Amino acid sequence: MADQSPSQELASDPVYKTDALIAEDISAYLDQHQNKGLLRFITCGSVDDGKSTLIGRLLYDSKMIFEDQLAALEADSKRVGTQGQEIDFALLVDGLAAEREQGITIDVAYRFFSTEKRKFIVADTPGHEQYTRNMVTGASTADLAVILIDARKGVLPQTRRHSFLAHLIGIRHLVLAVNKMDLVDYDQSTFEHIVADYRSFASEIGIEDFTAIPISGFKGDNITAGTDGAPSDNTPWYDGPSLIEHLETVPIEATRAQGQAFRMPVQWVNRPNLDFRGFSGLIAAGSVQQGDRVRIVPSGKTSAVKSIVTMPKLSERGASGEIEDAVAGESVTLVLEDEVDCSRGSVIASAEDPPETADQFEANIVWMSDEDLIPGRAYWLKLATQTVSASIAQPKYEIDINSLEHLAAKTLSLNGIGVAEVTTDRPITFESYAKSRTLGGFILIDKMTNATVGAGMINFSLRRAQNVHWQSVDISREQHAGLKNQKPAVLWFTGLSGSGKSTIANAVEKRLNRMNRHTFLLDGDNVRHGLNKDLGFTEADRIENIRRVGEVAKLMTNAGLIVLTAFISPFRAERRMVREMLPEGEFIEVFVDTPLQVAEARDEKGLYAKARSGQLKNFTGIDSPYEAPENAEIRIDTTRMSPDEAAVLIVDKLLGDV
Amino acid sequence: MKRLTHLQRLEAESIHIMREVASEAQKPVMLYSIGKDSAVMLHLAKKAFYPSPPPFPLMHVDTTWKFRDMYALREKSAQDAGMELIVWQNPEAAERGINPFDHGPLHTDMWKTEGLKQALNHHGFDAAFGGARRDEEKSRAKERIFSFRTASHGWDPKSQRPELWNLYNARKNKGESIRVFPLSNWTELDIWQYIMAERIEIVPLYLSAKRPTVERDGLLLMVDDERFRLAEGEEPVMRSIRFRTLGCYPLTGAVESEADTLEAVVQEMLLTTTSERQGRAIDKDEGGAGMEKKKQEGYF
Repeated sequence: MADQSPSQELASDPVYKTDALIAEDISAYLDQHQNKGLLRFITCGSVDDGKSTLIGRLLYDSKMIFEDQLAALEADSKRVGTQGQEIDFALLVDGLAAEREQGITIDVAYRFFSTEKRKFIVADTPGHEQYTRNMVTGASTADLAVILIDARKGVLPQTRRHSFLAHLIGIRHLVLAVNKMDLVDYDQSTFEHIVADYRSFASEIGIEDFTAIPISGFKGDNITAGTDGAPSDNTPWYDGPSLIEHLETVPIEATRAQGQAFRMPVQWVNRPNLDFRGFSGLIAAGSVQQGDRVRIVPSGKTSAVKSIVTMPKLSERGASGEIEDAVAGESVTLVLEDEVDCSRGSVIASAEDPPETADQFEANIVWMSDEDLIPGRAYWLKLATQTVSASIAQPKYEIDINSLEHLAAKTLSLNGIGVAEVTTDRPITFESYAKSRTLGGFILIDKMTNATVGAGMINFSLRRAQNVHWQSVDISREQHAGLKNQKPAVLWFTGLSGSGKSTIANAVEKRLNRMNRHTFLLDGDNVRHGLNKDLGFTEADRIENIRRVGEVAKLMTNAGLIVLTAFISPFRAERRMVREMLPEGEFIEVFVDTPLQVAEARDEKGLYAKARSGQLKNFTGIDSPYEAPENAEIRIDTTRMSPDEAAVLIVDKLLGDV
Repeated sequence: MKRLTHLQRLEAESIHIMREVASEAQKPVMLYSIGKDSAVMLHLAKKAFYPSPPPFPLMHVDTTWKFRDMYALREKSAQDAGMELIVWQNPEAAERGINPFDHGPLHTDMWKTEGLKQALNHHGFDAAFGGARRDEEKSRAKERIFSFRTASHGWDPKSQRPELWNLYNARKNKGESIRVFPLSNWTELDIWQYIMAERIEIVPLYLSAKRPTVERDGLLLMVDDERFRLAEGEEPVMRSIRFRTLGCYPLTGAVESEADTLEAVVQEMLLTTTSERQGRAIDKDEGGAGMEKKKQEGYF
């Protein structure tokens, strides 16, 4: 064995691609392969567990590695490989140049191979602790997870971590691949000991079932069935399936979803002309037939499916392209019998068993950004084809993925996983993640950078939206304002501490009062004595402070008032949040622009001195940032204008706009 | 229970991706290279929006050096799909007479890489579909389906957005754009099988026929028109050849083959032992990092 070159050894067993059939009867071969199923799985483990070698082996055995790639691989193996003169399969799957230099895998890579029965998409995810984000990403589309264990090392903390994440993301089929059996002399008791160890841990976290297989990725034991269908000669004591046999027969998630009630989130309204109006989408669950009764959520209207449209095949020119039924996993266009309110974001569902709508949930959150989660801040939440504004409350707890303990947490950092309440600005159509990945899984998007910063899985709704009705009132905001003979508005003063916000706001209010305008001034210091006395000065508390002030200001504008607010309000995102709460044009941002050194020199309350000496933490301008407005409606340069001059300018601007 | 085949699942996924882009991007475009992958992508777009025509134009970033058969199919395909066809030829490359004989790598850089950036900027497209597949090449295996490009069209492998489930984040800031790869999860065999199953029209050059050729640096090149510069004493020879990938004809190597039906082509492909891109000169630069480097510079 030792003097054999690795390529000869590996090449000796051409495995499950039937070369003979290809050569003799290509049509028969193609027919066979036309009807393969598709299974997506992930491999979890580190390079040390032989993960890359296993994937290389699967690609190699299914002939996904060509001669020229193999030649390059042999050359690379000798040059930079870690396996001496032997083939280093890790080089084959570690894609990017940066990674090859660092010797680590930094992202999710997708590989493809197929056997006679199935096509496989493998998400290759790294095992390092800091890359939870990548594993969750790779696992989100997988039907099955292969958890790799080095037979010499047994169940490690990372094994637990990977199993927990796979379980969290809802993977129902776990394979415990006990690898490197060749290095423990194919010892049965070693294998059984590891399996027993794993079983006790698995049941602790709610994993009911898994399949354990003793393998050697390097030598090829129990990867594929031997020629006689029996397990490897090296493990006569093992009578289960080979890895490939198992992958070929395990149930596929999309097939399981067919048994559920019908759900199709609408992606696009298809309207080529006035005679055709169809709703296009990917069926998430169940099946649909012509004539089925359906309900449109959230509108609640019912109708029946008139036709299911796809493009007719070229060979069937003149055919309508209509099909009788369609199932979960198919992309179709539905035409309904009635004109109903239905657009992108709506869900067409079974009339008898539609999904719920709600605007408050408990969810598992996985944080994926370098910037921590900011509780209370508004993020975009995308779930199926719905995109809404949402905020996440301070987590109830964070989960330590090594010990699985629940820890108290104020926020979540990169790769953090926790449970938190999510509130959306309007009700969304959803299901629990356990029931539906499509209607229960969402991503969170930062409104400023547009980056995907987190992912979530809904556990349950905290209150049904329909239980909290908006009480309609007879006197409208227009009537309130009309009586006062004015247009309501919020003059939102923002600027550093000591910039002159309160002084100028006071001067403006006095002026408006003299002009018989109905006003109210909400001052930062005053509000903190009452409404917001429970809040401190952390980033999260500051956001909540602003949110409450925004809501109060909104109520006051509904009463017809002109509201003046004087708050540092250092973050753009929160000022924008308040802007979005109000009708267009009613939020007027007034940037009181005073340079830090000028404000600090004034220091009327002595706060800067305290902040500089470290007695005051999180002080804006000193150890907490101030994000100046980019497009404020009004900018007051206090180095060139007195408070009274500023007030005249602001009042003119306000009333000039009316 | 209806069992969906892998091709049905792949088709449904690609259609879903295209509809997401049509719904969320401001001004999408489909890049069309006239190759077999483009043909499949275009066919999927027709299916995704039927009975409407695809709600975006088709754009070919032309080098003026494609095979004649490719130009012929380009016009026909756009017309059949009922889509506007935009052809972009880098005016600077045209003016400087950049060609594959005199300018080596500069030819690809000017006509394709620069040409693509120009075309996207000129038309203000914010999302561009491309037919790349993850099985083609190592750095493609890690590419997202929605791949973000900076305002200068650069690709930063470290700042790509995580893609979970089938939720795609198409939000971007002004100036940024997305490349979308709806065929990411297809393999070469899937493409061929789908072409056969759906009877998709492809450029005849994929099938074997007697064609005039010369042999250079180990590549078998086809003499497609009179611009091909023959070396002294070089004489085109009629050989039975076909192409596994199509690009600029003076840069694309043919294989000798008798496979003149799709079945025979697939048969040869399955029995063959060299990978697809080997016929192209582009991956050979910069050691193994050729494609990755080109992508960071803005190549598709």
